[in-house]
This record gives sequence, C-alpha cells and structure tokens, in this order.
Amino acid sequence: MSLAPGAAAARLVSPAAVLDDLREVGYLADERIATVVYLAAQLGKPVLVEGPAGTGKTELAKSLAAATSSRLIRLQCYEGLDESKALYEWNYRKQLLRIQVEKGDGETGRPGWQAVEEDLFSEEFLLARPLLEAIRATEPVVLLIDEVDRVEVETEALLLEVLSDYQVSIPELGTVSARQVPMVFLTSNDTRELSEALKRRCLYLHLDYPSLERERAILLERVPGIGEHLADEVARVVRSLRQLELEKRPSISETLDWARALLLLEVRHLDTEVTANTLNLLLKYRSDLQLAAKELAVELS
Amino acid sequence: MLGTLTAFAEELRRTGLPVSLTETLDAARALGHLGIDERDQMRAGLAATLVKDADHLPAFETVFDLWFADLGVPGGVQAELSEFGTGDEEQPSGEGNGDAQAGGGEAGGFDGEPVSGLVSEALRSGDPARLAALARLGIARFAAIEAGRPVGVSYDLDRVLRGLGLDDVLAELLDQVAAGEELGTLGSGAVADPALRRRLAAEHLRGSAQALRAEVETEIARLLAAERGPEAVARGMRRSLVEDVDFMHASREELAALRRSLRPLARALAARLARRRRRQRRGALDFRATIRRSLSAGGVPIEPRFRSPRRAKPELIVIADVSGSVAAFARFTLHLVHAIASQFSAVRTFVFVDGIDEVTRIFATSSGIAEAIERVQREADVAAADGHSDYGAALRRFTERYLSAVTSRSTVLILGDGRGNYHPPQPEALAEIARRARHLFWLNPEPRAYWGSGDSVVDQYAGCCDAMVECRNLRQLEAFVDALA
Repeated sequence: MSLAPGAAAARLVSPAAVLDDLREVGYLADERIATVVYLAAQLGKPVLVEGPAGTGKTELAKSLAAATSSRLIRLQCYEGLDESKALYEWNYRKQLLRIQVEKGDGETGRPGWQAVEEDLFSEEFLLARPLLEAIRATEPVVLLIDEVDRVEVETEALLLEVLSDYQVSIPELGTVSARQVPMVFLTSNDTRELSEALKRRCLYLHLDYPSLERERAILLERVPGIGEHLADEVARVVRSLRQLELEKRPSISETLDWARALLLLEVRHLDTEVTANTLNLLLKYRSDLQLAAKELAVELS
Repeated sequence: MLGTLTAFAEELRRTGLPVSLTETLDAARALGHLGIDERDQMRAGLAATLVKDADHLPAFETVFDLWFADLGVPGGVQAELSEFGTGDEEQPSGEGNGDAQAGGGEAGGFDGEPVSGLVSEALRSGDPARLAALARLGIARFAAIEAGRPVGVSYDLDRVLRGLGLDDVLAELLDQVAAGEELGTLGSGAVADPALRRRLAAEHLRGSAQALRAEVETEIARLLAAERGPEAVARGMRRSLVEDVDFMHASREELAALRRSLRPLARALAARLARRRRRQRRGALDFRATIRRSLSAGGVPIEPRFRSPRRAKPELIVIADVSGSVAAFARFTLHLVHAIASQFSAVRTFVFVDGIDEVTRIFATSSGIAEAIERVQREADVAAADGHSDYGAALRRFTERYLSAVTSRSTVLILGDGRGNYHPPQPEALAEIARRARHLFWLNPEPRAYWGSGDSVVDQYAGCCDAMVECRNLRQLEAFVDALA
C-alpha cells in the first residue's frame, strides 16, 4: 500500500505526544490508550474500541479530531444501514428531473443516450455518504464509525473494503482511492460478536472504567469548581459502588453528572446520607438502588 | 525477538485465543514502532494487535508476564527487598531454604512475628512496590523452587501465602476496621464520613491482598520460567477461557468469573434477539406506502415498501433439576433464560429434586434475577423423599399437577443430567409432556460420552425430545439459547 501516511502520523510521533495532544483538548488518556492511538496512526490501521457504555469511546475519536485539527466524519450505525446510507447513493430525483428536462426541450439537437448516461452518472448526481466522504477528503479527517455492532453481518463486509484498502468502487465511475490514510475509529457495545475478518483488520482497544487516579483527574478537568477533596471522595465512592454486582455500573459520564449535582447542592463532604439521597444519579435500576442502599447500610427515604 | 514473538503467539493459540498470521505480523510491525524498552507500551501494543476480545485479556496478561518477564523489571525492587528484610542472618538464601522446606514441609522454626508485621504494613499501604517486594521476600523464604521438581505454580503459591499468613493478617485487619479502629487513611483519601471510611478501608485491604496474591503468582511463574523456560510453566498455568469452563467442574473463582460474564452476555443476547425478530420483515407489499413513497420520484415506484409481519413469541416452560450435582448449571441456565424473558410471551419455571415445585411467582416478585435464584434455593419445596434426584417421580408429578400449563404453543426445556439414582425413569410421563408441547428440549451438562453410563437414563428420555443437547459451558449454552428464541 503506497498511500501517504495521514497527517495524523506526522503529528503523533510517540505515545507521549498522543497523551499530551489529547490532554490539551481535555481528554485524559492513559498510556495504553495513547499507545494504541499512536500505533494506529503509524501503521495506518483502524481502531476497534469496545467497552461498557459511557467510558469515552466516542469521545476519544472526537477529541483526537480536535487535537489533530482534523475534520470528524461520523457514521452512526443502525440496523438496516446499507450501502446507500454508508457509502454513496445516486440522486434518483435529480436524475429523473434531468431526464424530464431532456424530454421537454427535445426538438433539436438531442444528445444521444450515451451522452445522457454519462451525464446522469457523474459526480453531480452522486450523494457521498460518510465512508466515501472520508476517502475523498483532501484535508485530514478522523472517521468515526459508531456502534458498528448494530449493523448486520452482510453490511460489515461493506466496511471491509473501505477499511483494508481505503478505496471505494463505484461501478459507473470506477474506483475512488484515498489520497491519505484517514484515522478510523469503530466503536462497539459488544451486543454482537463482530466478524473475524473485521477484527483482524483492526487494532483492538478495550476501554474499561478508569483507575481511581484517572477518574479523579477527569473530575477535576471536567467539573469546574469541584475541589481536590470532593473529587477524591466522589472517585472513591464510585469505585466502591462499581465493585457491587449491579445490573448497570455507573459510567464516567454518570460520575460527572453526580459530581455536578453535588456541587449544585453545595455538598462539601460526602457522607452516607448525601450519597443515599443522590444515588439515583448514578444507578438507573431499582434493584441496583436497593442493593447499593443496603450495602451503604442506609434506608432509602 | 521474532522467535520469541511467534512462540508467544503459539502459546496464545494453545490457550484458545484465535491469533492469525496477519495479526502476528501486525504485532511485529507494532514492536518495530514501539521498541521493547517500555514494557507497558509493549504490552499495550501486543494486546491491541493480538487480542480482539475483552474476555481474552486476562489470559493474554498471564502469558505476557511469562514470556516477557525479564524486560523492564523495576530496578528498585532489589533495594526495596533489602530494606524490608529484617536485617539478620536468619533470612536464608533461596536455595538453602528450599532444601530445608522440602524436608520439613511446614514453615517450622520460623519466627512468624516480623513477617506478619510486614504483611500488615504492606496491606495497609497498598503500595504496589511494597507488595512486590513482600512477594519476593515471601518467595525467597517459603517457596520451594528447585530443579527436578514438577512445575506447579499453585503449589508454591499456597505455600508462600500460608507462610506469610495472608489470610490471618487480612482477617485481623478487617476486624479492626469493622470495630472502628483508625488504621491510617487506608484508601479512603479525603473521605471524612466514618461509615464510608470503614467501607472503603475494607475494600482497600481486600484489594491489596488480592494484589499481593497476584504478585506472588506472577513472580513464582517468572522464576520458574527463567529456570525451565516459559513453555513448561505456561502448560502448568493454562486455564480455560471463561466461555469454555465446564459448569460441573468449575472452581470457586471460575464460578465467580462465570457469574460476572453472564450479565453482559444476557444483555447482548437480548439485544440481538430483539433485533433479529424485528428484522424478519418482508411481509406482503404495502401498496399505500409504496405509492406515497413514489410521489417524490415523480410516480416511479423506486423503493417498494413491505408490511412487517408479527411473529408469535413462543411460551417457555423450564423444568430444572436443582440437586447438588447440577445446581451450578441450573443457576446459570435459569439466569440466562430469565434475562431474555421478554423474548417469550411467558416463562413458567419449575424446579425439582425428587419433588417438584413451581417457582414462577418467586421470579415475578423478586427485584433481580440473582435474588430470585437465591430465593428459589431457599424457598422451593423440592424434596419429597430422600433428597436425591428422581427424574421419574418428578416428571410423573409434573404431569399430574401442571400438565395443563403445557399447550401447543409451549416450548418445554428440561435441565438436568438425567441421573435418576436408579429410581424408575418413567419415560411415559415425559412422552405425555412431549405430546402436548410444541417442542421439548433437554439440556444436559454432562459430556455426551457419559450419557447412558451408570445411573444415567437419558437414552430412555432422548426419544421423546426434539433434541437432547450437550450443554457443558457458556459457549454451548449461549448457542442453544440463541437458536431457541
């Protein structure tokens, strides 16, 4: 593959550089994340990011786009996503109009069918969808393929050509190749086992709940006004709750919500009572709330 | 290096990870970019290229620690160790001690006092460097790593932990915490509330103990690997991946790991099934919608629209043997089935040993599935005579009491090993259920080779079932449930 490495590769010269760049835009990565992103840029491979909801999978791609001043192109996956929504589509309506115009002024000098056909299947009538857009881009781009586990297995195959060769074949126009390797992130919530072929082409990054230190740092970064003390307390209590056998463990985003609520309530220090009364910001299932309340040995009011 | 890498990939494959040739090449290219000086970067790079499933990461970690043990071991550890040593001649060298231990067996002749003091201190600090140093100290004193003895990491692990008195020290510290004694910050940081502090402190201590245990295990494996080569040690440490753990012979840790992986599995399964149900559309042509759609293209029906047909959901009846031998299997299956209950129009659950009882109500009134299963074990009235499974009597009683529950819409699922302790099997009772039900499946946690041996009467039942399915591990269970709904 003789593609020029993306602009990202030139910028992300070491894991440490990745770490710094991401920190500048407010994303606190750890060494593992930074190493994988660095490798992705250097090897020109897509990254498959898995992990529980709310651990910053999508945020990673967005932040990297911001950090490398690239354009973020996002393909949100859903069941039933097909070629025409992911790759490209011919603009039928415009083509029909074109033909009708042709009929209207058809008295003199009618162009042959060949000319009309060439005209109909030209760039003018092509609707580029995210994948094609990312391939054709001349400026640096980060392509985010969100929740890839939601598409059917057949649609996955469509991603393969794009992700391995960075090119798209359009029968009427020929093959469009990328001018540079875009940074590609695929996220998955693991509701379905992805195909071996897709996994083989990607680097794999599992984003789990953060360590105590990282979560505290995230709190300090993202919740302005929270003191060192409260950030530490919040991080510790959340970590403690995550160790319970819950239906849904609190994610980073829920930790942030909770911390913001505590600030609004003007809580300076956590105790069991405050924790119990605000628990419903962290836990979203009734059985989880009951379990946590029992563990904290307080009655739910 | 390349040789080490291919051997490493080979070992991962032996553990059960699907590592392809291209992935090994990617790993080599990744190392080309990362170098091998930074151990953590190297670990991250290899994990990203070789492991594509979060469940496989623990297995990867074990093998990584064995293969790349000597890279970047923190230099300060040796210093730490001497700092910790009680500074006397009494501390024997590794080999000398090994000889003494091999003869004496227990760690006799040792003054336990200073060791337990060190352990207590390390647990309280939770500092990784201290725990690592303590692990090395413990191994030097208590492990019996010597040439010629068969490789056994768990043997030495037990020995070292007993020597350090880890369990006793931990219990003592936990008691002190529970009694409200102030032992320092103990992981509670800035938290001031006493109740929260107690909780955090207990967690901190347990976490440290766990870390110490892991540290000792890794270190023993590393020492053994240095002496015998990583392949030999890996063979001894090779564990099954969670999805391959046999329900009938799972250890306590394996059961815990199974329980942890059950919840995400159930959620994924439910999401997948719901989606599949929705996707099976393509009913009759929806003429109105097609015409309306065609208006935007000047009356040309470019995209035909179809009605989505409703598919009836099956009704599920689960009859589970909950006697001791198959209890773990029954628990997991009940958990999984109830987690995807929304995929069935109704689920009724019966449990039996030699009596049978309906427990549907327990599931309906509990706040969670795990709690319901706990309650089933306490509250269900399943023992009629001697408390050994009696399939014949249980099935007979089912047909007498609950047969009306089985209709032509029901799918009946029987969970059990079909070992009836030489009671009469009464296959005609099962045949009666099969006649009324739409489908009858039997899930058997025993290996197929054992079916029909000893008191197993499954071959008499098999004829009545649509299928008798071997279901020994999570992988087989998931595949079956996936096909069922």
